[in-house]
Amino acid sequence: MNQAGADTAFPSYQAQRLSLINVLSRFAPVIFLAVLMIVFAIIEPNFLKVNNLLQVARQVSITGLIAIGMTFVILTGGIDLSVGSLLALAGMAAAVVAKGGTANTLSLSTTDSTGYGVLAAVLAAIAVGVIGGFIQGTMITRLGVPAFVVTLGGLSVFRGTTLLLSSGGPIAGFDDAYEWWGKARLPEPQGIPVPVIIFLGFAVLAHIVLRYTRYGRQVYAVGGNPEAARLSGLNVKLILLSVYVIVGFFAGLGGFVLSSRLGAAEAVAGTGYELTVIASVVIGGTSLFGGEGSVLGTVIGSILIGVLTNGLVLMNVSPYVQQIIIGLITVLAVAFDRFVKSRRSI
Amino acid sequence: MSDQLLLMSAISKQFPGVKALDNVSLAVAPGEIHGLLGENGAGKSTLIKIMSGAYRPDSGTMELDGQRLQLANPHQAQALGIVTIYQEFNLVASLTIAENVFIGREPGWAGFVDWAALQRETFAITKQLGIYLNPMALVRNLSVAEQQMVEIARALSMRSRIIIMDEPTSALSDNEVQQLFNIVRDLKAQGLSIIFVTHRLEEVHEICDRITVLRDGRNVGSANVSDIKTADIIRMMVGRSMDELFQRSAFHEFGDTALQVRNLSRQGTARDAHATVLQNISFAVRRGEILGIAGLVGAGRTELARAIFGADPFDSGEVMIGDKSTHIRSPQDAIRHGIGLVPEDRKQQALFLALAVRQNLSIASLANLSRWRIFVREKAEIALVERFCEVLNIRMASPEQKILNLSGGNQQKVVIARWLALQPKVLIVDEPTRGIDIAAKAEVHQLLDEMARNGIAVIMISSELPEIIGMSDRIITMCEGRLTGEVLRAEASEEKLMQLMTLSAKDTVA
Repeated sequence: MNQAGADTAFPSYQAQRLSLINVLSRFAPVIFLAVLMIVFAIIEPNFLKVNNLLQVARQVSITGLIAIGMTFVILTGGIDLSVGSLLALAGMAAAVVAKGGTANTLSLSTTDSTGYGVLAAVLAAIAVGVIGGFIQGTMITRLGVPAFVVTLGGLSVFRGTTLLLSSGGPIAGFDDAYEWWGKARLPEPQGIPVPVIIFLGFAVLAHIVLRYTRYGRQVYAVGGNPEAARLSGLNVKLILLSVYVIVGFFAGLGGFVLSSRLGAAEAVAGTGYELTVIASVVIGGTSLFGGEGSVLGTVIGSILIGVLTNGLVLMNVSPYVQQIIIGLITVLAVAFDRFVKSRRSI
Repeated sequence: MSDQLLLMSAISKQFPGVKALDNVSLAVAPGEIHGLLGENGAGKSTLIKIMSGAYRPDSGTMELDGQRLQLANPHQAQALGIVTIYQEFNLVASLTIAENVFIGREPGWAGFVDWAALQRETFAITKQLGIYLNPMALVRNLSVAEQQMVEIARALSMRSRIIIMDEPTSALSDNEVQQLFNIVRDLKAQGLSIIFVTHRLEEVHEICDRITVLRDGRNVGSANVSDIKTADIIRMMVGRSMDELFQRSAFHEFGDTALQVRNLSRQGTARDAHATVLQNISFAVRRGEILGIAGLVGAGRTELARAIFGADPFDSGEVMIGDKSTHIRSPQDAIRHGIGLVPEDRKQQALFLALAVRQNLSIASLANLSRWRIFVREKAEIALVERFCEVLNIRMASPEQKILNLSGGNQQKVVIARWLALQPKVLIVDEPTRGIDIAAKAEVHQLLDEMARNGIAVIMISSELPEIIGMSDRIITMCEGRLTGEVLRAEASEEKLMQLMTLSAKDTVA
């Protein structure tokens, strides 16, 4: 959208070739996704069935949800490695509140609930996420500890807290209202899974925030050049703090939805999610150096990883090999981005 | 035309957002010193990079000795005897002179360096240049002039036929320049051709045989130096004669005091990048006045500006707006009080290179451009951008063009517009015309003049004394973090300012 005006003003051969590279780079994730889907559809006809596609969407909805928050963080040039652990802690908090304490651990009855209800559970999960993000964001902005280090610590601290709280075991057995958020479909029984609706709903909201609000503009500015942002009167520290609170919010919400979908809050939930989440954002074209990227790209990146995993499963490829492939694609996505940028700057 | 050593014809090169070269030609005869002249952004660097194989032209041809050239990389150009010495030297500081001269081509066998031969050959080449440097000395320990000699020695060792020198005199003292010229004349006597890029016009008559002038990526013309006067060269470069450069408008009345600084002091800390101490600085600036701050690098001018603007903290003293005290602790506070700052380093401190002109211009005034202070009103924003682009004559393809692709002058005007959109009472401009070409410079000067006439108090920091003297109503000078003097427009001269700018504490206390 930014480049269109510039290109039409210089319609020489060179500019056209450059804009072709630009167009390719902007739509590379979409093109790659389309190619991937066509290939899978040819190899495995079951892939394109509606139910399978909805399955894919549901699988990516949790990491996708967190990836929306991570987009804000990475746009400012930051990183959050703690999201998987924070998600587990928030899910555990939701379960504890829903069941009225840790005593109900392993109770499989769904009717003897003495807890505080699903609304309190959701709020508890979000509160844990937001507070976790706030603490980390404060350490990053006030103490000047690099985000990588703070959130690496958070990765360990939040996981340990979760294990402590749950004594290592899962909390299972929720009422229907609780499990509706993770398991229901709209309309029942063959409609869109609720987690997918939550994911896409927040994606639209985040897109509006980043694209159309003053705050969104400031996030890009701080990521692009923090010193220039400060000298332009932006409250850089507050904006940096806010993105960690936002990603915390999404980790908290994701923790609740995951526990709802699984019907249990597990202390080991979300292990390794940080990699999938960061990969989704990066494959979607958001620059790890900050200042460039979009939520739309992140949604595509999330779906791309889901499609890839699903297709490889349908093709009976070993899960070990799947990990290798996703890792390679993440690196290649960044390498491609660097390549395009270097071509553009000549 | 076969008597030319190097012939470039109809060379064009397009970059995103700018046509760097448009149908440019250049002919260099054997044994000729050819001056390549033009303002910043005229296309000299691009042309050099094409000659040296670093860029490939979009169209046009190159011939060396009548043979068509297709240079794929700098290595190929060097093999054919075209060697470039850039402003920033390509030397490895941690290696010796000899290693640098023969880097990548060390004499020896099977990967082992024959150190004796390396020293011998390096010494022979430096002797040919009439300089005596120990081949085993580390480049790190050499002066700038000596490093340049190492570059020239390397060029000679490659049996070059054409040496391209990009502003070789910009970092040299007068003596060193004379030494360089002697060497260049020697090289010419040996039959080499030199392409000499320079800004200093007085050097053209001293050293060049012929010149080619570029402007805005096009040929303005070539001439034998003996046939042309300096004033003509200037007119070729800028497209207008010197006396058309900007003049301040006639004297006008100043308003009330807009900003007052009282006893401002700041202790430096070792960790801080802006550590120069500010000592007890007091001054005032009135509405409609342009106050120049002159000083050498490190005098504390930028530190003073940043302290007033809240970008850096200060220890004691007071900044007053009108007659009211303020507690400015951040740029946000300063902006709320109606102060703006155009910082000295545009790329590092002012621009968001990944964003378009629109976002760069509106970033400080988004609060006024938003609905419920949340949603950016894009129509109002675009209207603002278009209005300022017209008023300030900012040349761009559209408000959606990336600011990266604008010239330095237009980028600077966007930064100034960013502040004008806030209607400031006080605008501090730090080196407002650094790195922009002469035409844009005059436009920026005119803009500063108009702002003053509209009642803004302008504080201008500049290292260019003619700029300070030409633009300021009043000038204060700084040295080592202290104010050392105040000069009115009518009394200002370069000599007087220079004397005040070098008035260190030792001199005054004694």
